[in-house]
Amino acid sequence: MGATLGVVLMAVTTYVHPSWVDVGVFSVSAAIVLSGAIGVVVARNPVHSALMLVMTLFGIAVLFVLQRDPFLAAVQVIVYAGAIVVLFLFVIMFLGVDREENIALEPLRGQRPLAVGLVALGVTGILLLGQVSKWTTGAPHVSGLASGPQSNVYLLGKSVYTTYLFPFEATAALLIIAVVGAVVLARRPPVAVNPGASEQAGSEQAQPADPSEPGAGSEAEAVVEIDATGAIEVSESVEAGHTEEGGT
Amino acid sequence: MTINADWYLALSAVLFAIGALGVLVRRNVLVMFMCVELMLNAANLSFVTFARVLNDIGGQVLVFFVLVVAAAEVVVGLGIVVAIFRRRSNATADDLHLMKG
Repeated sequence: MGATLGVVLMAVTTYVHPSWVDVGVFSVSAAIVLSGAIGVVVARNPVHSALMLVMTLFGIAVLFVLQRDPFLAAVQVIVYAGAIVVLFLFVIMFLGVDREENIALEPLRGQRPLAVGLVALGVTGILLLGQVSKWTTGAPHVSGLASGPQSNVYLLGKSVYTTYLFPFEATAALLIIAVVGAVVLARRPPVAVNPGASEQAGSEQAQPADPSEPGAGSEAEAVVEIDATGAIEVSESVEAGHTEEGGT
Repeated sequence: MTINADWYLALSAVLFAIGALGVLVRRNVLVMFMCVELMLNAANLSFVTFARVLNDIGGQVLVFFVLVVAAAEVVVGLGIVVAIFRRRSNATADDLHLMKG
């Protein structure tokens, strides 16, 4: 199997012109990208959509490699397929929305033909404008060469830490804001609806702090049951510390 | 030699169109987020293509920043989706009219 593959690879690299290898890789990965994207849109189950998204992202990573950009391909796979899609799957599983959506149901009449028409019009316009007009100035390497004797990672890192240092710091702030926002959004609202229930909960919380209550003894026993090594000494020393503090 | 940049840009345009169509057509909020990711990836592909054609590292740096923005967007967006689900049991975009005046 491996020998056959090796022979085939050798034949390919010997007899096939390199440009045809590029064409083949581009065609296959473009087909993967497009079929994955269509799968994301038409899949009924959100889990299937997420897996199709992974397929598209891998295809894009291959296209990055084909354009001599291996570092961003690796980052694409690690961040997108490894983090973002896993986050999607976590939320899908957490919410239990793996039930299927009825695609055939169309609540707004005429929405889909209108959407298809608008998107087709936009894409046609963009492709047409790209053919007839010059959108790029053609100014070469404004912010540093993309190819050179150094590696791709060297060039990218040098540009990020010199030319684009301030945007880089701004992304750090953006990530902090996103984390704080996620924590605030995911926090449950306080449930102090019934004042009697909250008072009871408060007394239950205050109970183990008092060493003279019988509840404290049961708590110490629970500690001994959980880990038997030195737990009695620990709890006794804590109580001794309490009494000493109370005495002074 | 490598593929002409036109093919990459055409692929990127078609990918963006599919993502936009998904956002317009689908009603599940999670799938709409995934379609937004498709559009961001289409933009990334054209950034890398222009970085290669113009021999400019700036396009690749922008892809880096787009990745960061996508991660932050997904974190906050999924937080909002979870918060909505805690309040009501379905998350189709048609039902989310709590802020309607």
